[in-house]
Amino acid sequence: MKKYLRMKILVYILTFIFAVTIDWLIPRLMPGNPILVLVSRFSGLPESAKVIYSYLTKAFGLDEPMWKQYFNFWIAFFKGDLGISIYLYPKPVLDVLKSALPFSLGLLLPSIILSWIVGNNLGAAAARRKKLDSVMLPIMYFITGAPYLWLGILLAYYFGVVFRIFPIAGAYSFSLKPHLSWLFISDYLKHWILPFLSLFIVQLGGWAIGMRNMVIYELESNYSRYLETLGVKQKLIRKYAFRNAILPQVTGLALQLGTIIAGQVTTEVVFSYPGIGYVLTQAILNQDYFLIQGCFIFIIIGVLVANFTVDLVYMLLDPRIRYSYGGEI
Amino acid sequence: MNEMLFFAFRNKKLRIGLSIVLFFVFLGIFGPMISKYKDPLEYVGTGYQPPSKEFWLGTTTFGQDVFTQLVYGIRSSFLVGLVGGGLATLIGLIIGFFAGYEGGWVDELLMMITNILLVIPTLALLIIIAAYLPYRGIFVESIIIGFTAWPWTARAVRSQTLSLRVREFVNLARISGRSHFKIILYEIMPNMFSYVFMVFILQFGGAILAAVGLDFIGLGPTRGISIGLMMQNAVLWNAIQLGMWWWAIPPGLVITLIVGALYFMNTGLDEVFNPRLREM
Repeated sequence: MKKYLRMKILVYILTFIFAVTIDWLIPRLMPGNPILVLVSRFSGLPESAKVIYSYLTKAFGLDEPMWKQYFNFWIAFFKGDLGISIYLYPKPVLDVLKSALPFSLGLLLPSIILSWIVGNNLGAAAARRKKLDSVMLPIMYFITGAPYLWLGILLAYYFGVVFRIFPIAGAYSFSLKPHLSWLFISDYLKHWILPFLSLFIVQLGGWAIGMRNMVIYELESNYSRYLETLGVKQKLIRKYAFRNAILPQVTGLALQLGTIIAGQVTTEVVFSYPGIGYVLTQAILNQDYFLIQGCFIFIIIGVLVANFTVDLVYMLLDPRIRYSYGGEI
Repeated sequence: MNEMLFFAFRNKKLRIGLSIVLFFVFLGIFGPMISKYKDPLEYVGTGYQPPSKEFWLGTTTFGQDVFTQLVYGIRSSFLVGLVGGGLATLIGLIIGFFAGYEGGWVDELLMMITNILLVIPTLALLIIIAAYLPYRGIFVESIIIGFTAWPWTARAVRSQTLSLRVREFVNLARISGRSHFKIILYEIMPNMFSYVFMVFILQFGGAILAAVGLDFIGLGPTRGISIGLMMQNAVLWNAIQLGMWWWAIPPGLVITLIVGALYFMNTGLDEVFNPRLREM
């Protein structure tokens, strides 16, 4: 168990170092000079152009040798200095991202957890049940093939424009300020439901299909056949199959995180939902490189934390890992 | 082989999936020829028009023909799928085969790299690379996607290779003194052909979806048209709020049908290749 955890943590630390290095390296490798691009945007304001230029040369330390630049980058990083946003000048990138984070998490966590639970149960129910399976499977395949943003557009069009049930922009009404009251909470939920649904539904398809296939595989295996010949009730056999099939689904959760986050980014854009994804898109449209890099780091840290959580859950669920560790996981 | 073809034609999932995909392939190839307008970005009529005989899928706010944009977009989507998905499959195969067959430190090193890249979301990597490229074409976009999407393939191929390399025919080949490269190419790969083909289909769909996401957030090709760009423009210019469904909905519907059909086809193929999954 300790070895399992040690291996995982090692991979995560290396991943983190790799990600930060990429974050540092890419702007220096790419053709064109991002700093000049940034400064040229302030050409109308010579005062600010000077400030920006001196800030940038200091931040990048371009007159220093490469290894020192890299070193400085890490020091700044641990001080929480991710630079200053150009598009929301003079707000520090860290502050921008901090205020966006709760909105993203409020969408992501419920949609991931709920779709995983519902999808797994749906998939398990459909396995080897002809009628349900033949209806559900095609639907699930097309759901999982849908880009998140398209489902968002579809929901926004029908529920926001045709039926006018839910608002389709922002996380709360402009007339309100975030505070703890029923008025605000109900307003927040009204804005939350459509982006949540578009994330929830697309993920649902993938889990249901995966679980269906896993349960079929388990029902074909020897222990199930043996139980069947003993005359054990189908319900109990399915319960055992479900327990065994759930483990790969937990691993699948870790593998899917990247795609889900990509979906989250686009969904936030469709609904102008002020989370990390929306900030990222604004940063891209405004060529705000510090903000783009900050978003990248935030996403990586989020994925690492989520992966680690999944590993801990896996350890809790699979007794084989708790007792020993050997071979391929 | 004949038996495979027999089951392939009998398999309903494969038939349905394949016909949908082929339909869109033909639409992508011949669509630009049958559409009335040659340039997808050209101004051809008044904006805000719903579908009519003149404009099959209506016009955008700027008076561009949505149908023409759509067929050109399908073309570029298939290009991204082919190049991006193909490249990702190829890299994944090479790394998976060598890690699985060689074992030892080669395996450790390659798998460490793979695991690291597996954790980092593809989109995040794409963003940081694409954001700093001033000019991007569809081809460059596909290559970036190919270079970032391979890790799960490498891992899957590696575990398959691990189980194949201890088989007797591989041992025999090794005793006969064949080079590692030739053993992988002639002994291991043919046994995984069906698997590789299915991986390619999944990567194909994945690359199409990745490109749509990338285009949508503003990192797509700087010239030309794609389905993701259509959706980006539709959302940016409030097509949803204005009720212009013909502009906002069809592009995503096409992607959903293509990718869904690819996945469906994949399950069908799985049943063809794997007798245990066939329905009685």
